[in-house]
Amino acid sequence: MTMQIADSVSLSAPDARARAHAAAARDNLRTEPRAVRIVIIALAVLFLSVFVVLPLVVVFAQAFSKGILAYFAALAEPEALAAIKLTLLVAAISVGLNLVFGLVAAWAIAKFEFPGKTFLITLIDLPFSVSPVISGLVFVLLFGAQGYFGSWLRDHDIQILFAVPGIALATTFVTFPFVARALIPLMQEQGTQEEEAAISLGASGLQTFFRVTLPNIKWGVLYGVLLCNARAMGEFGAVSVVSGHIRGETNTMPLLVEILYNEYQFVAAFAIASLLAMLALITLIAKTVLERHLDEGHDASDH
Amino acid sequence: MGLTLSWLSVIILIPLAGLFLKSLELSPEQFWNILTSRRTLNALRVSFGLAFAAACVNLVMGSIIVWALVRYRFPGRRLFDAIVDVPFALPTAVAGVALTALFAEKGWLGAPLAAAGIKVAFTPVGIFVAMIFIGIPFVVRTVQPVLQDLDPEIEEAAGSLGASRWQTIIRVILPSLAPALLTGLALAFARAVGEYGSVIFIAGNLPNVSEIAPLLIVIRLSEFRYADATSIAVVMLVVSFVIIFAVNRLQRWAQSRIPAR
Amino acid sequence: MTIEVRNLVKKFGSFAALDGVDLKVNDGELLALLGPSGSGKTTLLRIIAGLDWPDAGEVSFNGEDALAQGARERHVGFVFQHYALFRHMSVFENVAFGLRVQPRAVRKDEVAIRARVKELLDLVQLDWLADRYPSQLSGGQRQRIALARALAIEPRILLLDEPFGALDAKVRKELRKWLRSLHHEINVTSIFVTHDQEEALEVANRVVVMDKGRIEQIGSPADVYDNPATAFVHGFIGESIVLPVEIDNGAVRLGDRLLNLMADGIAPGTSKLFVRRHDMLVRPSGSGAFEGAVQHVRNFGPVQRAEVALWGGETIEIDAPRDKELRAGDTIGLEPRRYRIFAGA
Repeated sequence: MTMQIADSVSLSAPDARARAHAAAARDNLRTEPRAVRIVIIALAVLFLSVFVVLPLVVVFAQAFSKGILAYFAALAEPEALAAIKLTLLVAAISVGLNLVFGLVAAWAIAKFEFPGKTFLITLIDLPFSVSPVISGLVFVLLFGAQGYFGSWLRDHDIQILFAVPGIALATTFVTFPFVARALIPLMQEQGTQEEEAAISLGASGLQTFFRVTLPNIKWGVLYGVLLCNARAMGEFGAVSVVSGHIRGETNTMPLLVEILYNEYQFVAAFAIASLLAMLALITLIAKTVLERHLDEGHDASDH
Repeated sequence: MGLTLSWLSVIILIPLAGLFLKSLELSPEQFWNILTSRRTLNALRVSFGLAFAAACVNLVMGSIIVWALVRYRFPGRRLFDAIVDVPFALPTAVAGVALTALFAEKGWLGAPLAAAGIKVAFTPVGIFVAMIFIGIPFVVRTVQPVLQDLDPEIEEAAGSLGASRWQTIIRVILPSLAPALLTGLALAFARAVGEYGSVIFIAGNLPNVSEIAPLLIVIRLSEFRYADATSIAVVMLVVSFVIIFAVNRLQRWAQSRIPAR
Repeated sequence: MTIEVRNLVKKFGSFAALDGVDLKVNDGELLALLGPSGSGKTTLLRIIAGLDWPDAGEVSFNGEDALAQGARERHVGFVFQHYALFRHMSVFENVAFGLRVQPRAVRKDEVAIRARVKELLDLVQLDWLADRYPSQLSGGQRQRIALARALAIEPRILLLDEPFGALDAKVRKELRKWLRSLHHEINVTSIFVTHDQEEALEVANRVVVMDKGRIEQIGSPADVYDNPATAFVHGFIGESIVLPVEIDNGAVRLGDRLLNLMADGIAPGTSKLFVRRHDMLVRPSGSGAFEGAVQHVRNFGPVQRAEVALWGGETIEIDAPRDKELRAGDTIGLEPRRYRIFAGA
């Protein structure tokens, strides 16, 4: 062996020294001094606690401020029940429509190259960034008494604005991007090879879609539907503009929260709000679970 | 393909085109007069000004939150990570009444603040607070994945070349995050400008002082002054369209800079 | 600059990445750390650079304790396997980085920085790429820029982690020669890590062979190839025939066949016999230590490669000159020109 034979240095002294060095200089390439770390964590936690956690806690504190009985009494009001029913109906309609639309849009964007793609993606994103009030406004302009289709609708005795169809339309518009946005990256990543293989094996377009494309993106679909549903149930601005606020008829849950709040019926307002807050929390938990599934699928496709 | 474009136009383009058509019914002069009326100008100023200020706060605080969530381990980290999405998932009306109750003069935070002479609810400060609330997830969720994927070797490289930790952060890490930070800023800004539900409860809605542009649209609509509502909407729409288009461009540009390995 | 590493230990959980490593690197040397993945070679390099810290042991530069300094103070140039170029900076700014972050008191002025960067880009022959961004460069170009960047701080030591690992075969060969001549030019004590024996033997003055966190052998390329110190080195470097043999009182047995080979000083019991393929000489049947039947011959290239089933079990592959053609079915004798026996299974 040409290797140098270690002379018998006592082990403890250099060990202690090495450890002392390590404590001083280790890790300082990729992290900050302990004091800085603590300050940053404290800032992050404090900020999130004040701006996010506290408002959430306030909702439940207010809802139960007059006791559990008052809480359930408020929820059992016919007005509240009607709002809950309408909210569920509207959410079902808009989620159903956007599921179909989102699938087709994501498919077209992910699997084809065409001029103006950035523009199209921008268009899909638009409802995210447009003020919900403007989303409502465009439907007033189309279907309102002075709108483009207003007189035609009146002649045929069709009520869109200040009725369920208007609310559903506005909600669909606002929640439009969710499904498409969840699917585009997923479908882009998966490419077109599997579909091409299926078609070369004799599958029809529809068979390919249901047997190859859809199973690959099912978690993504669920993810999009989940977020779409949460927003549909909670939408306020757009619905507020088109609903007409007819009590017991065109009030969704968020609108009812507003009305009750403005009438100083705080327990009732926050009771409805607490239902919506729970919906948000459940959505977040489900989202976390789904993200884990999506990550796994991602890993599986990598190896 | 054709199908996609046609229903996209039905659901998005036609309504928007309606908006622009409506605004074209006005003469440029009328349009200009509406926009430059004192109340409109003030509403736009409140919305855009406070939204930008709030987005800047979100940029700074969002960066700090992302850094803590990605780089440090502390008890409750996963919980706080999940909590970031609450403003995104919580219906805006709920957020609005909750923030109002929290910051009202007798609220948990409003009371101590009032004692210190700071009024939040029913003032522009309240609008600012609500806009900060709804903007947090946008910065955090755009920057977080980029920081997570940042190659640890570039920090080691900077360090072994003699850069201090501070120099490494300023010259190496921040520029790498810049596209994501800008995107997060733009998204938070776009969202805050158009925000309605979580703002109107806490705003006070005093014309020229604490009245946001979306609320003015609603007010004009209820007064059947469609021309006014449409004009304000067109301005806001064009701004959001420009922002989102810029963001998409920014994303494509950032992707093109990633070296292929 | 000399480097001395003493009794270095580094554990990741229960896995010992370095298990008592001693190493002395001479001034101006170009040293290769060679070993399979997981042998601890990269860990050793990172500890010398100050990117990792040992659990025990010492590292000194010119006799000074290096562990007392962080990576920033050590003035060590480190070239990363995946280059770690700053992708938002131009090639010029990448190379200038180390000069720009120096403390104000010693920092060069802009003119001097420009001159120095230009000089370095000339050295790596890429001055025409100064305004490009890393994403616009080929792998080999990125590698050379990473090297120029590391050299900018006038490092006392240059460390390279798998410098050619991410490049294709042709570029690797070009860069090997280039690295050798570059080292000749700048003459900085340099260590590079590689799992590619050809690379290590061709480029380095001395090769350190590592396995399982320990150093197996240190020597010149000829030394580690011709006189492997351990069974691992013999098996890892060059292509070897390995035969399980029994040693009994100096006699060597393959299965039931007694081999006419020397095994002086090897403890009795199961051992391993190592022979290079080209050291197994073909002899007429009946002469030579081994006897066997040719099974299959691959007859192209500089040598013919024959598969031979030995009497006593085991089938081996040998490389024989093409002057005497072997044919399947031939019975031949084989005599190892050179061989090593290492005790233990």
